[in-house]
Amino acid sequence: MPGQFLSAPERPARRRGAPRTMIPVNHVVDEIPGRLDPESAEWLRVLGGAGPRREAALARLHEMLLRIAQREARRRGPRILIAGPELEDLAYQAAADALMAITAKLSQFRGESRFTTWAYRFVILEVSAKLGRHFWRRPDVRLEAEDWDRLPDRFGFEPARESEWRDLLAALRRAVDTELTARQREVFVAIVVNDVPLDALAVRLGSNRNALYKMMFDARRKLRAVLAANGYLDDDDSGRS
Amino acid sequence: MNGWPALDRFLRADPRDVGCAEAMEMLHVYVDLVAAGGPAEQRYPGIAAHLRACGPCGEDFEALLAAVRDDAG
Repeated sequence: MPGQFLSAPERPARRRGAPRTMIPVNHVVDEIPGRLDPESAEWLRVLGGAGPRREAALARLHEMLLRIAQREARRRGPRILIAGPELEDLAYQAAADALMAITAKLSQFRGESRFTTWAYRFVILEVSAKLGRHFWRRPDVRLEAEDWDRLPDRFGFEPARESEWRDLLAALRRAVDTELTARQREVFVAIVVNDVPLDALAVRLGSNRNALYKMMFDARRKLRAVLAANGYLDDDDSGRS
Repeated sequence: MNGWPALDRFLRADPRDVGCAEAMEMLHVYVDLVAAGGPAEQRYPGIAAHLRACGPCGEDFEALLAAVRDDAG
């Protein structure tokens, strides 16, 4: 269990006149104790304290973060063509950066989830971001290329219906060229046609996942409307799946 | 229904979709609810819609859920 080392009540060392702790204990512990499960409350007390107990907690948390980072990096790495020591380095760096972010943002934890769930989110997002940056080290990546021939596979078009989907693909490509803004087209082609991961594209364009997703969201809506108006897709724009 | 379900699913933009920033901000809350067997999709339909449509956020969701379930196991 993650909290096994947190068995005794926290008693941070104090000097006369010194603050109770080096780092203020997260206010959630004091203000809304009923919201926190005991293990999360204990994590906050110890991490917000000082001395050997805090050091032991940091070491334990780092170990947990590293285990998650390694699993995620090993699972996603092959797609980005990264393996071996480089992949292990990436996992170690992700765990270290996540631990630093967690300690810096400890006071922002509001007790809406278990503490460890909140903490694990940091390391998973770190792994995603670092793999996105690594993508551009691949020698075969060329943002300028447009390989529209991969779309039939991507969307599961059957060879037996090629005469039908050739028309559909031509209509889609025309819509991409005429309906989207230059920036929307650039993002659509990179992600959909060239299969560039969203996080990697964000690195290349100096943007972020959210901004590019919103751009794609609008592009998808425009393209679907055109294809529906021309009879290629159902004219049902509820958007709900 | 039409003859191109994968393309249709991809192009459909659910108006409830909250986007990456909001989904990631609440991901830990959503995951704890899912792990506990709670009504996550009903309580957070905008996040559920986003996780269905956004590959990277969906992958982060699955990874966080797996980590939490490992702890519970």
